[in-house]
Amino acid sequence: MTYFEFLGEYGPRFLSGALLTALLTLLASMLAIAVAFCMGLMRLSTFGPVRWIAIVYIEFFRGTSLLVQLYWIYFVLPLFGLTLDNFTAGVLGVGLNLGAYGAELVRGGIQSVPRGQWEASLALNMSPAKRMWRIIFPQALVNMLPPWGTLLIELLKGTALVALISVADLMFEARQINGSTYLSAEAFGTALVIYYVFARFIISPFMRWLEGVMARKVGRA
Amino acid sequence: MIEWRWEFTWEILPRLLEGTLYTLLAAGIGYLIALVVGLVFALLQRTPSRVLSRVVREIVEFIRSTPLVLQIFFVFYVGPQFGVSLSPWTSGMIAIGLHYAAYLSEVYRAALDGVPKGQWEACTALNLSPRQTYRDIVLPQALPIALPGMGNYLVGIFKDTPMLSVIGVAELMHTATAIGSNSYRYLEPYTIVGLIFLLISLPTAFGLRRLEAWVRLRLGMTRQG
Amino acid sequence: MVSSPAADASAANNSAEGSSTAGAALPMVRFEKVTKRYGSLTVLDSLDLDVEANEIVSIIGPSGSGKTTVLRMLMTLEEIDEGVIWVDGEPLTHMRRNGGDLVRANRAHLRRARANIGMVFQHFNLFPHMTALGNCIEAPIQVLGMPKAEAVARAEDLLEMVGLADKMHQHPSRLSGGQQQRVAIARALAMRPKVMLFDEVTSALDPEVIGEVLNVIRKLAEEESLTMLMVTHQMGFAKEISDRVCFFYGGQIAEQGPPDKLFSNPENPRTQQFLSAVLEAG
Repeated sequence: MTYFEFLGEYGPRFLSGALLTALLTLLASMLAIAVAFCMGLMRLSTFGPVRWIAIVYIEFFRGTSLLVQLYWIYFVLPLFGLTLDNFTAGVLGVGLNLGAYGAELVRGGIQSVPRGQWEASLALNMSPAKRMWRIIFPQALVNMLPPWGTLLIELLKGTALVALISVADLMFEARQINGSTYLSAEAFGTALVIYYVFARFIISPFMRWLEGVMARKVGRA
Repeated sequence: MIEWRWEFTWEILPRLLEGTLYTLLAAGIGYLIALVVGLVFALLQRTPSRVLSRVVREIVEFIRSTPLVLQIFFVFYVGPQFGVSLSPWTSGMIAIGLHYAAYLSEVYRAALDGVPKGQWEACTALNLSPRQTYRDIVLPQALPIALPGMGNYLVGIFKDTPMLSVIGVAELMHTATAIGSNSYRYLEPYTIVGLIFLLISLPTAFGLRRLEAWVRLRLGMTRQG
Repeated sequence: MVSSPAADASAANNSAEGSSTAGAALPMVRFEKVTKRYGSLTVLDSLDLDVEANEIVSIIGPSGSGKTTVLRMLMTLEEIDEGVIWVDGEPLTHMRRNGGDLVRANRAHLRRARANIGMVFQHFNLFPHMTALGNCIEAPIQVLGMPKAEAVARAEDLLEMVGLADKMHQHPSRLSGGQQQRVAIARALAMRPKVMLFDEVTSALDPEVIGEVLNVIRKLAEEESLTMLMVTHQMGFAKEISDRVCFFYGGQIAEQGPPDKLFSNPENPRTQQFLSAVLEAG
């Protein structure tokens, strides 16, 4: 069959897979962002135990591969009494893993705010909480947006692995279609293009727009 | 409550260690391919031909923006569709090599861009040949900039080798999964896999940071003013 | 929880030297045998310094002599190693325990004591994501709990006084260095400090805008009742508005006195050396 016929017949399946991938990406991103800010701030704490918890978390999740973590959450956790469906396991694995990388971005962003800002806020007698929330954070946020864009694309790519624990996302559908039609170039190629569109034409422009908004708020535009 | 079976652990350990060796081999070969092809990608993007550099740029972006595991499937299955049969190892190495070549090309580009423009201009003023310029002036300054990225991707490629298991490459993850499905015990195999990865990647990352510091120091000392 | 460069001292029980405040008019600022070290380097060496209320003191000296450290310690940006700093009769770096002994100040005490002191930095340190007005109302609202309308009114007055009423709604990135520094002065004044610290506030400015900043400081000296400590290289200006000039050398005050005396007839050879070098360069 021609490629158009192929798309006509299997389009809906690609679509449903793509939608699931989008949902996974969205949910895992939210988890990753939450984890990143939490762990990033803890990593900067002056209080030893808190800092070490963050260090252990970050090094653990960055030091092992996402696929191993996914398999572990899905296959081994049930043995400890925690059985998760594959979708939840996927969101959890991807979110926790990329949250660890995000934590380092948060840390870097905060540390990139010039020292003078800390000193000025202190001289004005602002409390540590107010200082962080109103002065440091807004500036840290602008600094960390570009690498976050890259990270979110990594997250999108990471969601493809959940197909290996049988979540019916885009990659899963591509494999299924390949299995039944043997039209590998069409099946996998289409999936690749859809991922590319997500990354290059949805995530990247969105992040650039966000960077522009933040830059204007900080008076840099 | 689940219990850890130690006799089982010792039983499977040799196979897992063998799998680890294959993992290291796959990572090593893949990285070498990536180092070379990445350089090609980077240099092609610096050619005067706008068409060529644009095309290469798009290819690099495409590879970087799409999942490695999908690329692995693509390379493995597309061959037979057109009459070329690639073994799991070959297709795996091609896929992972190309993928990381794309990443490394970005690292190289950033490193070359990171060398101050004035350096290039000084070389022109001193009438150095392109070869001398690169070899003696630009690359030594680009190297410390590139090292952190190169190191990160070395660790990264190592951690991505489990994806090769999906096309049957007998590395560590594949071995563990095989053990698991044969014995119905996943706890020990997968946990050990996790530990092995930690035990290899953490010291490697640490060692790489030391290497970066050493290189910066050495080049700093041997650089003229 | 989050680390900061502030000198938030822990409540360690280091008793300071006994309080030695004189009975009569207490100085607004008193450094009592203050020592500050960075590793093996002693930056301030058992320094004694009194500044009276409404006095204007200029601090001059070569770099590394400890001038900036004096200001930074007063602003609690650095921790003290030995000695006590007093502000307006109350200990700053220490606090009184029940029995009247002095122990190292905890965070809460530092925050209270800090309210009397304001600082203008060499590199302005304005908040880039807020307008000039925003910068000036931020701390009064967040720290003093001032209602917004009141804070805005006060900020507008201050910005008027420093000559930037028309730039109120501009972000720092749109202002020149001189303008930014003037906003920084207004921002510090908004907190109604008793003591104002100026840390080389014109050193990072282009020559043509130094004058506008000095004019503002001159105005403050004449019109407001503020105790002012200035670290500066602007000798002419120091001579003009100071009540007293301190020449720092090697972590101590080598010589101090009224500007007329110190600039024209310094006693200490080091002072002479420094002044002649500065005048030669100027």
